[in-house]
Amino acid sequence: MNIKFWLNGIQRQEEVDPGMLLIDFLREKGCYSVKRGCETANCGLCTVLMDEKPILSCSMLAVRIDGKKIVTLEGLQKEAEEFGTFLANEGAEQCGFCNPGFIMNVIAMLRELEEPDEEQIKEYLAGNLCRCSGFVSQTASILKYLNYKKTQEEA
Amino acid sequence: MLKIKSYVKVNSIEEAYELNQKKTAIVLGGMVWLKMGNRNISTTIDLSGLGLAGIQETDEEFVIGCMTTLRELETDKRLNEYTQGAVRESVRHIVGVQFRNCATVGGSIWGRYGFSDVLTMFLGMDTWVELHNAGKIPLTEFVDRKKDNDILVNIIVKKQPLRVCYMSQRNTKTDFPVLTCCVSLIGNEARTVIGARPARAMVVEDQEDILGNFDQKSEEAKKEVIQKFADYAAEHVPTSGNMRGSKEYRTLLVKVLTRRAWEVVGGMKDEY
Repeated sequence: MNIKFWLNGIQRQEEVDPGMLLIDFLREKGCYSVKRGCETANCGLCTVLMDEKPILSCSMLAVRIDGKKIVTLEGLQKEAEEFGTFLANEGAEQCGFCNPGFIMNVIAMLRELEEPDEEQIKEYLAGNLCRCSGFVSQTASILKYLNYKKTQEEA
Repeated sequence: MLKIKSYVKVNSIEEAYELNQKKTAIVLGGMVWLKMGNRNISTTIDLSGLGLAGIQETDEEFVIGCMTTLRELETDKRLNEYTQGAVRESVRHIVGVQFRNCATVGGSIWGRYGFSDVLTMFLGMDTWVELHNAGKIPLTEFVDRKKDNDILVNIIVKKQPLRVCYMSQRNTKTDFPVLTCCVSLIGNEARTVIGARPARAMVVEDQEDILGNFDQKSEEAKKEVIQKFADYAAEHVPTSGNMRGSKEYRTLLVKVLTRRAWEVVGGMKDEY
């Protein structure tokens, strides 16, 4: 089937198999930040943005992105790098496998919620599993990042 | 693994209904549950081009399109004001935001899954389903109907005076519930719904009228009937065991959650 969509800001037209999942399609197009983790829609590793909203690319048919705007971590390098530094400074990156999906959802959260508190952060990110850590350092990195952004805005 | 032969983004409900008469066709919701199975599907029918995602409010009812996501239910101020936050509470524990941005209310209600928080919640209100062929029927009737090839178009919540509380028990955050419970006063009708028994949600029939005139009772009398009804529910709700909890544990949860939720609706406790 022929679909038209935007991938990281660039309009594209591609042929896709009706049964192909979005995760496989995106990896085929070179978006290797999109990772396959649990296969049960639980881990959040495959998170991408569709029309600004975080979704699970493992549970979406590629044909359904027709007319939509898809953003992967490859399209958010600047934001990802900025927040990634805070993640690394807290020692929260660990093995790194969950990081792309985690960063995608953090970016989605920061766009959706204004000044989220710790409880809201934990609730929003409940769908991102990390098997290395207990989420303490991730949460700390987000709170420090928020503080940094606030200081920047005030300056 | 799913094997899909063809995909059709339909232009009308009528077209979807005709395509869905084939046994091997399937209507797509959010696909989060569907994709976990092993199936050969001849035609996947996508309703996403029909404007059925969204919540409309009138003076009498909320009309919720079948393609509305669970996240939209969670964040809709009008629906959550009407339900005192119970709708948000019923969905916020379901996996994560990304999952809830995919999963649809139509998929949850049509599937009538045993584990469904959504089904339990909507049974606790004056909810109707609008089917393309069968028309509008109460959800309490739909829940026990055999699955057929109809198409669920809208979920309608009649805006009766409502006091409602939703609670669930989970072994761990984001997991399936071990038990779900929704209690409500719909006008003067006291309704208790128990789900994830682990069978599909059911309304507990109060055949002894224990909760009759609940709202007119004193606090002392309310406490008494709540305890009596919690015991009654534990005795009358069939439960069984699975990997998440035993039959005995679930029966105990029926009693505890029923009591706690009625205490909230009775104004004796703060919600959640």
